[in-house]
Amino acid sequence: MAKRTSTVTPGSLAGLAPGESARIDRVEGFDDPVGQRLSHLGFLPGTMVTTVRRAPMGDPTIFELRGNQMCLRIAESNRVLLTVDDLDSP
Amino acid sequence: MSCQEPAESTGATLTSQARIALIGSPNAGKTTLFNQLTGLRAKTGNYPGVTVSRRTGAASVGGKTVTIEDLPGTYSLSPVSPDEQVVADVLNGQLVEAEPPDAAIVVMDATTVERSLILVGQVLDLGLPTIVVVTMVDELADRGGFIDKAALQSILGVPVIEVVGTKGIGVDDVRGLLADPTAWPRPVITPPADPAGQAAWIDSVLESVLHQPPAGHKKTAAIDRALLHPVLGVVIFFLVMLTFFQVIFTVAKPLQDWISGLFDDAGTWVEENIAWEPLASLISDGILGGVGTVLQFLPQILLLFLMISFLENVGYMSRAALVMDRAMGKIGLEGRCFVSLLSSYACAVPGIMSTRTIPSSRDRIATMMVAPLMTCSARIPVYTLFIAAFVPATMVWGPIGLQGLVLFGLYLLGTLSALVIAGILKRTKLRSDKLPFYMEMPPYRMPGARLVLTQCWDSCKYFLRKAGTIILGTSILLWILLHIPVVTPPPELNEQQATSYQLQHSVAGSVGRAVEPVFAPLGFNWEINVALIASMSAREVFVSTLGQITAAQSDDDSDITTSLQNDTNPDGTPVYSPGTVAAILVFFVFALQCMSTIAVMRRETNSRRWPLFAFCYMFALAWVGGFIANTVVTAMTS
Repeated sequence: MAKRTSTVTPGSLAGLAPGESARIDRVEGFDDPVGQRLSHLGFLPGTMVTTVRRAPMGDPTIFELRGNQMCLRIAESNRVLLTVDDLDSP
Repeated sequence: MSCQEPAESTGATLTSQARIALIGSPNAGKTTLFNQLTGLRAKTGNYPGVTVSRRTGAASVGGKTVTIEDLPGTYSLSPVSPDEQVVADVLNGQLVEAEPPDAAIVVMDATTVERSLILVGQVLDLGLPTIVVVTMVDELADRGGFIDKAALQSILGVPVIEVVGTKGIGVDDVRGLLADPTAWPRPVITPPADPAGQAAWIDSVLESVLHQPPAGHKKTAAIDRALLHPVLGVVIFFLVMLTFFQVIFTVAKPLQDWISGLFDDAGTWVEENIAWEPLASLISDGILGGVGTVLQFLPQILLLFLMISFLENVGYMSRAALVMDRAMGKIGLEGRCFVSLLSSYACAVPGIMSTRTIPSSRDRIATMMVAPLMTCSARIPVYTLFIAAFVPATMVWGPIGLQGLVLFGLYLLGTLSALVIAGILKRTKLRSDKLPFYMEMPPYRMPGARLVLTQCWDSCKYFLRKAGTIILGTSILLWILLHIPVVTPPPELNEQQATSYQLQHSVAGSVGRAVEPVFAPLGFNWEINVALIASMSAREVFVSTLGQITAAQSDDDSDITTSLQNDTNPDGTPVYSPGTVAAILVFFVFALQCMSTIAVMRRETNSRRWPLFAFCYMFALAWVGGFIANTVVTAMTS
């Protein structure tokens, strides 16, 4: 598998390994178009999100949240910050 | 509104037909519902001034007719793509009509209630009379999920109707409400717009409707394990692509031969039964020859659209886009651009139209600029004719022959140059704007046959219209230009030389000879030039034009392949030397010889500059490429 070359922000959705779940704390910059769109796609504070699998070449990644699967690249998933104490609990 | 209606005072509230906007996210089953409410009486067109296609349809109920407008699928009413801008503009009354629609139907997929509620909340905020249609309730039940419809209705304050679109369940309930949309309740609650507030609102709704999310789609998970597997996934991806092309060539071939035979027979019949020779020639060589050459590609195109529509609706195209996203990202594009480029293997026109799903306008333009370099089906007749006639059918390695390799090489040359040029554009003029990349992975679902066939038919209609108008027109015009003015050939020429003399001194022949200095370095003579100019209408016309010219010149009923092989210059050398053939093939890889593509590019970019740019750069590539091909191949073979 190709390595994920882009930088992953610690504590963000981009760092959540396949199979793991966590709760969203906030989306960075929700008032710009990118952040706003992410929240309209369901990436809202308090939402549980699971990393389903990565594309064969390592990016983008499919996430499951609010009952559907959405895929994001590292750049976007870096902006979704997770609640730290939830990181390891289902 | 409708001009057949008796004169009435103007104003949206007094128009004779109520307008209902159909809103929903992609994959929510909106189009299936639209088709069922309106039958197949949808009118397709474009929104004024923008490039987004518009579908409206009429639904009759209780003697009254309402207009339903199928808005492009959107996840949000704050637009980031042209499709979404249209949704916002229509709902604000800034497009089509000066007033917002009279009512809204918002479609919500029962299996993704949590996410869908965000869009529902935004629609409710508009304050229009609204009903909520919940689709895929059968799938929700199958997967063990639950929502309480009555509770949803009371908390949203508007009617909620459950439907199973593919089986038609619940559609009549929706239809029953259509009679008087203005009587639908307007929402009383207005959900908050800030993220935290939205999340809280959604949670409260979910709680009161006793929402049980559906279990994961087991089939989808299993299929994705294979299709998105790091190794297996890539192998399957290439197998799907290979099958895709194989089917187009092998399955379509007998049908293609049948259609072409039909036109040949018709031509023979015309020649035998119409006494006046010019008319017989116009109908048989001009019209039947020209249009027949093109129509024989209908089976290929039909199959291609059928497969694209099926793969799209079953959910595979999203996976293909996912697999290719990283590679496309390297040249600055995204996975969905790959799907557009893939469609361009059929025809650049639908390929360019499919770029509408790409949110970034720069990615969209870059994709459109290179889509015509993907080898479209219109090039196939040119390639196959010249390869069959001039490339020896020797075997290179095992079952792989030289002819197949040349064809593959031409596809590869087109595809690689498309990627390189897209990369250059994305690093210069079209450097990325900051739009998010996101793509929904819908569960695999077997699409209704009717949905696939309707989409396929919509695309084929475009091709048939092209054959019926542009290509028919060019064929007739070209036949006339090749036959006027009528000249008297010198008496010492034999019949065949006399025909050639007439063609050379015709209007088309004069034009072909006038541009000879431009194309001489590529090894093209006046015949090829005439065919090149004629093929501006559509590439397939190149073959039919050469067919017309050589058919008129050849002494017997030899087919076009033999006529080309035997065609000689006045000095006795073959017209189609290896260098010239190579130059023709390479020229066709690059040149934008297609008025329809230029027209659709003009429409989709809403500019004259981009199509002009595309035409010029592709012509430059074609000329330089043809020149190099001619020089290299001539040096190698002499």
